[in-house]
Amino acid sequence: MDFNAIRNLISRYCTGEENWVDSRTVYIGHREPPPGTEAYIPQRFPDNRIVSSKYTFWNFVPKNLFEQFRRIANFYFLIIFLVQLIIDTPTSPITSGLPLFFVITVTAIKQGYEDWLRHKADNAVNQCPVHIIQHGKVVRKQSHKLRVGDIVLVKEDETFPCDLILLSTSRDDGTCFVTTASLDGESSHKTYYAVQDTKSFNTEQELDTLRATIECEQPQPDLYKFVGRINIYQERDEPIARPLGSENVLLRGATLKNTEYVYAVAIYTGMETKMALNYQSKSQKRSAVEKSMNAFLIVYLCILLSKALINTVLKYVWQANPNRDEPWYNEKTESERQRHVLIRAFTDFLAFMVLFNYIIPVSMYVTVEMQKFLGSYFITWDEEMFDDEIGEGALVNTSDLNEELGQVEYIFTDKTGTLTENNMEFIECCVDGHVYVPHAICNGQILPGALGIDMIDSSPGPDGKEHEELFFRALCLCHTVQVKEEETVDGIKRGIHQGKGTSFYISSSPDEVALVEGMKRLGFTYLRLKDNHMEILNREDEIERFELLEVLNFDSVRRRMSVIVRSGTGELYLFCKGADSSIFPRVISGKVEQVRARVEHNAVEGLRTLCVAYKLLTFEEYQDICQLLETAKLALQERDKKLAEAYDAIERDFILLGATAVEDRLQDKAADTIESLHKAGMKVWVLTGDKMETAAATCYASKLFRRSTQILELTTKRTEEQNLHDVLFDLSRTVLRQHGSLTRDTFSGLSNEFQDYGLIIDGATLTAVMKPDQDGSTGNYKEIFLEICRNCSAVLCCRMAPLQKAQIVKLIKFSKEHPITLAIGDGANDVSMILEAHVGIGIMGKEGRQAARNSDYAIPKFKHLKKMLLVHGHYYYIRIAELVQYFFYKNVCFIFPQFLYQFFCGFSQQPLYDTAYLTLYNISFTSLPILLYSLIEQHINMDILKRDPSLYRDIAKNSLLRWRIFIYWTFLGVFDAVVFFFGAYFLFDNTTFTSNGQMFGNWTFGTLVFTVLVFTVTLKLALDTHYWTWINHFVIWGSLLFYVVFSLLWGGIIWPFLNYQRMYYVFMQMLSSGPAWLCIILLITVSLLPDVVKKVMCRALWPTTTERIQNADKLYQGHLSEFTPLSSLHASHHKAADAHHLNPRRSEHPSKKLMYTHWGGGADYCTFSSSFGHLGLHSAYSWGGHETSV
Amino acid sequence: VMASGYSAKEEDGHHSGALGPAGGAAVRSRKPDNTAFKQQRLPAWQPILTAGTVLPAFFIIGLLFIPIGIGLYVTSNNIRELQIDYTGTESSSPCFACSQNYSWNMTTPCVCSVSFSLDQPFESNVFMYYGLSNFYQNHRRYVKSRDDSQLNGNLNSLKEPSKECEPYRTNDGKPIAPCGAIANSLFNDTLALYYNDPNGTETQIQLVKRGIAWWTDKHVKFRNPVGDDSNLTAIFQGTAKPVNWQKPVYELDSDPENNGFINEDLIVWMRTAALPTFRKLYRIIEKNSSTSPTLPRGNYTLKITYNYPVRSFEGRKRMILSTISWMGGKNPFLGIAYITVGSICFFLGVVLLIIHHKYGSRSSSADLTH
Repeated sequence: MDFNAIRNLISRYCTGEENWVDSRTVYIGHREPPPGTEAYIPQRFPDNRIVSSKYTFWNFVPKNLFEQFRRIANFYFLIIFLVQLIIDTPTSPITSGLPLFFVITVTAIKQGYEDWLRHKADNAVNQCPVHIIQHGKVVRKQSHKLRVGDIVLVKEDETFPCDLILLSTSRDDGTCFVTTASLDGESSHKTYYAVQDTKSFNTEQELDTLRATIECEQPQPDLYKFVGRINIYQERDEPIARPLGSENVLLRGATLKNTEYVYAVAIYTGMETKMALNYQSKSQKRSAVEKSMNAFLIVYLCILLSKALINTVLKYVWQANPNRDEPWYNEKTESERQRHVLIRAFTDFLAFMVLFNYIIPVSMYVTVEMQKFLGSYFITWDEEMFDDEIGEGALVNTSDLNEELGQVEYIFTDKTGTLTENNMEFIECCVDGHVYVPHAICNGQILPGALGIDMIDSSPGPDGKEHEELFFRALCLCHTVQVKEEETVDGIKRGIHQGKGTSFYISSSPDEVALVEGMKRLGFTYLRLKDNHMEILNREDEIERFELLEVLNFDSVRRRMSVIVRSGTGELYLFCKGADSSIFPRVISGKVEQVRARVEHNAVEGLRTLCVAYKLLTFEEYQDICQLLETAKLALQERDKKLAEAYDAIERDFILLGATAVEDRLQDKAADTIESLHKAGMKVWVLTGDKMETAAATCYASKLFRRSTQILELTTKRTEEQNLHDVLFDLSRTVLRQHGSLTRDTFSGLSNEFQDYGLIIDGATLTAVMKPDQDGSTGNYKEIFLEICRNCSAVLCCRMAPLQKAQIVKLIKFSKEHPITLAIGDGANDVSMILEAHVGIGIMGKEGRQAARNSDYAIPKFKHLKKMLLVHGHYYYIRIAELVQYFFYKNVCFIFPQFLYQFFCGFSQQPLYDTAYLTLYNISFTSLPILLYSLIEQHINMDILKRDPSLYRDIAKNSLLRWRIFIYWTFLGVFDAVVFFFGAYFLFDNTTFTSNGQMFGNWTFGTLVFTVLVFTVTLKLALDTHYWTWINHFVIWGSLLFYVVFSLLWGGIIWPFLNYQRMYYVFMQMLSSGPAWLCIILLITVSLLPDVVKKVMCRALWPTTTERIQNADKLYQGHLSEFTPLSSLHASHHKAADAHHLNPRRSEHPSKKLMYTHWGGGADYCTFSSSFGHLGLHSAYSWGGHETSV
Repeated sequence: VMASGYSAKEEDGHHSGALGPAGGAAVRSRKPDNTAFKQQRLPAWQPILTAGTVLPAFFIIGLLFIPIGIGLYVTSNNIRELQIDYTGTESSSPCFACSQNYSWNMTTPCVCSVSFSLDQPFESNVFMYYGLSNFYQNHRRYVKSRDDSQLNGNLNSLKEPSKECEPYRTNDGKPIAPCGAIANSLFNDTLALYYNDPNGTETQIQLVKRGIAWWTDKHVKFRNPVGDDSNLTAIFQGTAKPVNWQKPVYELDSDPENNGFINEDLIVWMRTAALPTFRKLYRIIEKNSSTSPTLPRGNYTLKITYNYPVRSFEGRKRMILSTISWMGGKNPFLGIAYITVGSICFFLGVVLLIIHHKYGSRSSSADLTH
């Protein structure tokens, strides 16, 4: 963070001024350019050594200790330990030193081992051989000796050793293929281009003659951005300058594919490579439970401080009488007497702190961490979350957030690839209003004889015919698809079945593959790109060749891409395809109305539509365009902006050709999952870059919007008619009016007439809403917007840029209720929101693994979210909640008797328990049962949790860690402690309780209290356990038995290494006394009684939904999930606002019936996709038809 | 693979992405095992605390605890106990003089006697305790001021006592044996009991001083140091007696089995009491005939050699005579507590029964049927 910035600054000062230079100059092959060209500024660059390890052999101990003690908890315990060492404290330093030492050592060993692995990996990387061209020969070197300016030879399937500029390749066209799977997770092959003027230098000797310099920016972490310039010096001439872009840069970590070899020059090495710059740990997310835990901790810290303070003050009040301070039988040493009273008071205060410090035990942190770490294995082990298709199960990247999964209130989901399959299928195209449908497609496979064309409309005229063919050619040419002629390819595979071996289309965009494939079915087959010529096989089986002149790549801002090609006849075409909104404004002729109608129709059906347009270029125009692009590309500064401007200037005055429609099917059980999440009280927002109609259709299909949902629109279309201010106020009035009437209605039994709302907002409007106010008066748009959102059950945000997605998440995250948000997505464009949300979930999708890698949890499919949240999240939450509360409870029980004892021992800090008991209480006597509980407790069967999502509401809003419950636990702890202490006190009160008349001392007193304590807290946990497996029996009874056995052993021997034998036979003597047994039984009963009574009473009188279902489950002996309508068990007196959610039968059953009639029969889905989709979606749209008429 | 070795996580991502169809075998092995434990489906007993299930427990507890409590209460009430405070702070007290002019280095012991009478005879063994009040044996500085290894007979510790014993560690450069504040403040009043026969004669009652300390303390934890000489005096040569003691540790008793560190009075004293008001076993009056009570009804005189000063810290001294049952001395607490808790449980059981009857059925079965 800030620290980093400062460090950077310092390192800059230290390493010299050259780092201030904004660009670097690299001399290729370290050859200086001809004299007189430029002043030579020598620059120093780091070598190619990668250091990912944190420690060295020498600094491991101090640095690791420093790192560990930076954690506030460890530091606290260190301080306590030091205090114990320095001053005369009641307990030996061992009691806190041993656990601390244990924790620190274990952590250090773990981190040391991890670092050793990193060292090994670093060494392997750094010593890996690379081939460098020196003086026309290939020389092998170790990777870390590589320097900036070296020319490197990389062979197929090798990984690039540093960031390189591609000079030449084994291919004639100067291209090479690269997979960046290990960098950004995209496994598709990407094409990189050699510098045009150097691509001919492809032997070592030729390269030796190359004289050139590269000027480029200083390293920066963006993988997809690079600006630079290469100056090639030829004999005596002015150097030729060529622009370098990210398409020329081979990044460290990427692998060369399908190319025999490449020559490239190193520009960034070692820790300056983009990969190294990108290597940073994600910011730590903390769960709500952890925050509550810290809050509780502060309370306990205050209790601790006040206890110590009270005791110190009372001590000095009590000691005011010198005969109490120093009676004749108990004199101080001379040095103690001479100490200043303030110092004495301070030491006393510290001593009390030490005595009571067990109230915040080290072991709580260890247990919580173990629970999280071990618990997360249940997610990865879950068979139900394993996807056979991908061959992977769920992944846990951050186990810190397990319990947060049980607290989610808002879900932000991506559409494509998350709700839908991202398995694109070409459905139809429309040329000038004539619709073409390649028929007989089933499950993505082409049936024989698939070349026919279905005409829906009448056959077009000769003019139309020309347009039609142009349209098909346009789609065959305007793309970045590559042809892969091998059996196996990473990433997307598509058979071309040409008869001559199997080839595949591969592309980073599945839409493009679907389109090119669709074209093939319509008779135009894209064959390959060869020597900058694209080859197409047309309907007459003739090969057409087009020279590819320029590619104006796709970007998410423009939402379109273009190519400029020269046809065989020499005509220059510019083909453009893109989103309708970005094409229509640029069209000057063509059958816009017909196409627009078709596009809208298709969008309503939930299809992804693209529009295709073209324009003919004259040679002069082409020259201008080249000029424009060249200057933009050559710019070193603000190149993106200049390119965008150039594109904008080029891509205009189109003639519209037509539109395409591609279908992206809904994922398996997506609708069911969303319905469950809704019932669980979560609000689901869909954030998508898609257009409104497509997205809305998906929302209906996935039951995000229901038939009864009233759709509120907040789109550009509406804000054009009214101003934003009015629209917002109108909407909020509608929503709030309903809200107001709702509360009345529920009481009069009219809740079933409740209207639930769905909001649709688009990116542009959102920007307007989010924009900080200019005039000040209308500044609270955000608030109104949030107010509207809060009252909507579903929100759809379409036309979203990736950063806007994150913005929305942030907006909700920091709204006044601070709800827990979850973002789920599969693509690189979802990463920002995944990182922003409290919980980020990645889908292991087709768009690479970037989302999965940046997420906290990764799951194979959207449907797995249901189990993740409803079952795992729920379990983890109740487990950790009990863990936290129980830990505080058992330590109050533990320490409060010591506090009370101070009143009876002259505030002398005399510990009640023996050192061994103090040390082992949290470590071994009471640690395992709660750890096990927090790992395997199941208060309700898994199947019921899944069947009845509304149970999730019982734990919403951190309900088990509210202050009320925390205080209840604390008071229970205090009550139990009082029972233990005074029970023992009255038993010991000036009498004997042995049959031989002998007396017991203070250690027996402490042991009695301690025995009751251990049994009570363990049995309290046993009473809370709802899931008794053999392991629970083993651990609970085992740890009680361990306590008894340990005590017998500890008191059974004169321990030679101890300088006191105070526990000798204490435990056994105690057990030999009948009244001690009776007292132990009595005290345990009394301590447990109130909690049991409270629990039973609450369950009988005010049962929660969870408890009702537990009761019912009990009644049916665990078979409840099989035949009981759970909804009927629901509490009848829920809060008014919740009524509509909790009564699913009324509002949902009719709609479910409808859905089944339309959507049923999943197997035939795609065969009838158009007719059925039509029906279903038509009705879907008509459901949404009655919009607000404000 | 050189880049993917860079970070373990990246390597994972890389491989899983690249495996594809080639890694069929690897894919299968990734599939989680379908074991009951890993799928969280271990067979389990799933008890729920409902009014119905808890009811029997409450009644059983009630029915068990009330009789136990009554038994304990009756037993406690049958125990005879007599306490005599002989501190002597009041001028009317026979020990007033002794308590007033007291100094540590008095040559002639001050003796006072207190008369009392028993209304009822004490049957079976009678235990004689001394009790101290406002005496903080559990003060931290006091509790730790001892050297267990010295008391265990360790010769090194005898010569070089633990630092914990400060400021009662050495005297005039000689190590104190036994060292520490506890030993130094050994209770040193001597109590003697006389029965005043109605015919006027005074019979001293036999007080047994063995068996008052824990057997394990006497035989294992406390041991006299063993030297070349069996004579204790020789072994303790070179050590000093505790400052407040009148005689050294090897002269505590004439009986060699009760002398030195294994003197039972010392052992009893060394077991620090839990609370500032405590009693310690002093002597046992054994029942010697089966026909007559150990202490018959009548008048008694307690003769005290008053050595132990308590006035300075407002302490009190008591002599207690008590009989003992299986549950120890007189203590009504347990009995009352058992009766109370038993009754509460019984009452709660009734309340729960009503609740269960009224609400329990409604909350589960009724909902299911409608």
